[in-house]
Amino acid sequence: MNLLVHLSYLAPLVAGLAILAGAPARKTAITASLIAAVSSLIVFLSYDRATAGFQFLSSVPLAQAWDLKFLIGVDGLNATMLLLTSLVTVAAVYVSPRLEEGENRYVACVMFISAGAAGAFASLDLFFFYAFHELALIPTFLMIGIWGTGNRQAAAWKITIYLSIGSIILLIGLIGLYLLPSPADRTFDITKLQQMAATGVFNGQNAHPVYLLLLVGFGILVSLFPFHSWAPPAYAAAPVPVAMLHAGVLKKFGLYGLLRLVLPLMPQPVHDWSWLLLILIVGNVLFVGLATIAQKQLDFTLGYSSVMHMGYIFLGLATYNVIGVNGAALLMLAHGLSIAALFAIAGEVRKQTGTLDYRDLGGLVKNMPTLTFMFGLATFASIGLPGFANFPSELLVFFGAFKNSTPGAAFGAFQWVAMIALWGVVISSVYMLRAYRAIFFGERPGRWQALKDAPVTFGLPVVLLLAALVIIGLNPQSVIGAIEPGFRLFLK
Amino acid sequence: MPPILVELLVLGLGMFLLMLEAFARHHDRRVFAFIGIVGLAGVFCVLQSFHPSEARVISAYAIDAPALFFKKFVVVTTIIVLVMAMDYADTIRKFVPGETPESGIGEFFALPVLTCAGMMWMASAVDFILIFVSLELVTISFYVLVAYMRRNAASLEAGVKYLILGALSTGFFVYGVTWIYGVTRQTNLFEIERVLPTIAAANQPGLLFGALLVLVGLGFKIAAAPFQFWVPDVYQGAPTPTTAFLSVGSKAVGFIVLLRVVEALQSLRPVGEKMLFALVLLAAATLVYGNLAALPQTNFKRLLAYSSIGHAGYLLMAVASFGAGDAGKAVVVYLAAYLLMTLLSFLILIIVAQHSEGDDIAHFNGLAKRSPFLAFSLLVAMMSLAGVPLTAGFLGKFLVFKVAYETGQFLLLALGVITVGCGFYYYLKVVRAMYWQPVPGNAAAIPVNSLSLITIALLVLFIFVFGIFPGLALGLAG
Repeated sequence: MNLLVHLSYLAPLVAGLAILAGAPARKTAITASLIAAVSSLIVFLSYDRATAGFQFLSSVPLAQAWDLKFLIGVDGLNATMLLLTSLVTVAAVYVSPRLEEGENRYVACVMFISAGAAGAFASLDLFFFYAFHELALIPTFLMIGIWGTGNRQAAAWKITIYLSIGSIILLIGLIGLYLLPSPADRTFDITKLQQMAATGVFNGQNAHPVYLLLLVGFGILVSLFPFHSWAPPAYAAAPVPVAMLHAGVLKKFGLYGLLRLVLPLMPQPVHDWSWLLLILIVGNVLFVGLATIAQKQLDFTLGYSSVMHMGYIFLGLATYNVIGVNGAALLMLAHGLSIAALFAIAGEVRKQTGTLDYRDLGGLVKNMPTLTFMFGLATFASIGLPGFANFPSELLVFFGAFKNSTPGAAFGAFQWVAMIALWGVVISSVYMLRAYRAIFFGERPGRWQALKDAPVTFGLPVVLLLAALVIIGLNPQSVIGAIEPGFRLFLK
Repeated sequence: MPPILVELLVLGLGMFLLMLEAFARHHDRRVFAFIGIVGLAGVFCVLQSFHPSEARVISAYAIDAPALFFKKFVVVTTIIVLVMAMDYADTIRKFVPGETPESGIGEFFALPVLTCAGMMWMASAVDFILIFVSLELVTISFYVLVAYMRRNAASLEAGVKYLILGALSTGFFVYGVTWIYGVTRQTNLFEIERVLPTIAAANQPGLLFGALLVLVGLGFKIAAAPFQFWVPDVYQGAPTPTTAFLSVGSKAVGFIVLLRVVEALQSLRPVGEKMLFALVLLAAATLVYGNLAALPQTNFKRLLAYSSIGHAGYLLMAVASFGAGDAGKAVVVYLAAYLLMTLLSFLILIIVAQHSEGDDIAHFNGLAKRSPFLAFSLLVAMMSLAGVPLTAGFLGKFLVFKVAYETGQFLLLALGVITVGCGFYYYLKVVRAMYWQPVPGNAAAIPVNSLSLITIALLVLFIFVFGIFPGLALGLAG
């Protein structure tokens, strides 16, 4: 079983290297992503939910003096994230275009991004947790710059510089976290850090600057308002697989980091600074939400909407109770699947028409009934209609936020923010339905008469993502049952 | 063999090569480099057999763990510089007139070996006199090496600038040493450390003045702002192997001397603290200047010059955090990583420049198609210089930031965040040229000879090994 956990990041990593060395690009990538998907599904299903905590651990000591080792293992949370990574990877590889030149490098980069994300989720050691994530930065830079669309070079610079600065702030925060305990107890081992949390060593006055560094560092990676401006142009310019993997999976790394490190270790700073986070959340949901409505192109709409939805997840984290945090974790999965499906469909529309501008498109349903149907489902999922995984997650987030009681006030800050965030649902239905109508319905300009519906090979990966959304949407307990025991260790 | 003889061995090797130059008129001079490489590889094996010890046979000569590390460090650097020099021989021939194509270029392969001997002495030197003498041996051979291409105006200009600034910095250094001697009556660093707590309070300003002058002198050597202004022109004008040697070897030995001086001064707290404060200012200025000035560069060699200033900033950040237990370790690991990635960049620069009529970043356009191997290797070097995890460069930055955090250098940390962001920009500019830009019309594939190929592959391998197995690099640091 340990081997299967390793496969989740090793399969894409080895496949990427093999493709660079000359292996057939598509076949190798598809095989590797399917191997990773099957192994992470088996890991997810065989994770023993009755006993909370980390399972399938395996480690290689690397620096004794620092207690640094290569430690791989899962609990319900990262098993879920690995599942998300591998599902989106399969879809991303399937929708990769056939290129005459440089296909090897293209697919290898996709594999490296996937390996970076999976490695970051699978690592239970601070050093590799951080290292794997940044491994994905360079392939992203190369792919947006070489194979992107529109203003691709500016977008590639922006995302790379932004994320590298975010990463270095995060690094300083992690160093601060590592240095908080007394010298004899210092460790990079996340499982040990969580055990030490009970001693309150991460909870004192010294922990506050560390918390802020981690919040800003992780926040930049997740596009927390006001550090979000890198995301929309990058996702708009990125090749489809990169947009899917980045918006769907990599961006969740920051949230995962908060769930994994900050919430269990530093309850006091989280509580004391929740006012700050709540203000930023309002910015994420309301400000970015209104900015999303103003967009005139589908790729930018999706980019902004993915920033906006991070606000709900942050709200779930901020509630600091089991219901809200469960909702946040489930929404990470649901949002990852739905935004990946949306970007895949948007990429297909762009491939056929060369544009995603609402003013140029319209009436495509006549040519593309299947694609229209799939986009409709993904849209409904993204808005949060019942039946899709996004619905129970957002519901839990709002319940969690309402449940959070501010001392002395029945209706405190959390309730106000939840009220505002509920309006975000209205906002998101406005822009998503508007996009749906503008592209697929209404009058069809003459030049789109000859368009054909998407081929079946394209439909498969999107169906996979949508099916996962529906299955989890109808039975959210299948995921929550796995992640909740871990949260119960430190939450009420 | 007693450790103290090992420098004489290297010196002998250098002399032997010089003699050979006089007697072997018609042989390809690259054979010299090859003999040098083999000889130095032998010296490296001899160094491997030594164990660090605190005992000193001669009071001026230490053979402790840092000394041994830096000796190996400069030997490896010299070997790689000789590999570069072989690739660079054609360019040297072009700018050095002579009766036969081979005349006059032999010293280019012999002098680095002599410089290496000087640097090895410097690694062991714990007495200002020995430091000064070995520093001069290093600097004087560099005067020749920098100005070697005597039909090339840029090289001559670089030579003159280096000569003047080198002499000036030596002047600062020696003047500082006399003040320290005047206060302590000692030139030996261990003796100075011992007697410092006993000196009269009235003498403390004099001591501090001397120490700061020494810092200025060393600041020139390690290219710390505001003593960095010679660096861009000299680095760009000098023959590229010399530039690599300057930026790695010269900087490294500058840092070991700096570390030893700072350590000795810590025995008198008021002076030690002021010294550390001066180092903080120096580190801040160097970080900001090196990284900001690197942003607009379009010439790769000049970019590497500014990047070398920037890296001096990170190294100074570690020295300024001397209070933390791992500060020395951070310097050592950072320098080891710096050696790997900087020499790798220069080696690839030489090969690419020879096939592209220049060393601008634009000449790297489309390198990914002209030579995927070189492009990938340079990608690794750039990533490591920028500090991407799982490379040696990240480990160095990680350690530096860790010691800075431990000693509460929050100003330097904040500057570090900005400068790392700058670094990503200017290193990725090279990556952009290689991978984004199309191949220029007339550019052909680039052949790589087998010796360079092996060297590049080994450097890439070690960059990853150090990055993935931090224990190894830490073990190296002792």
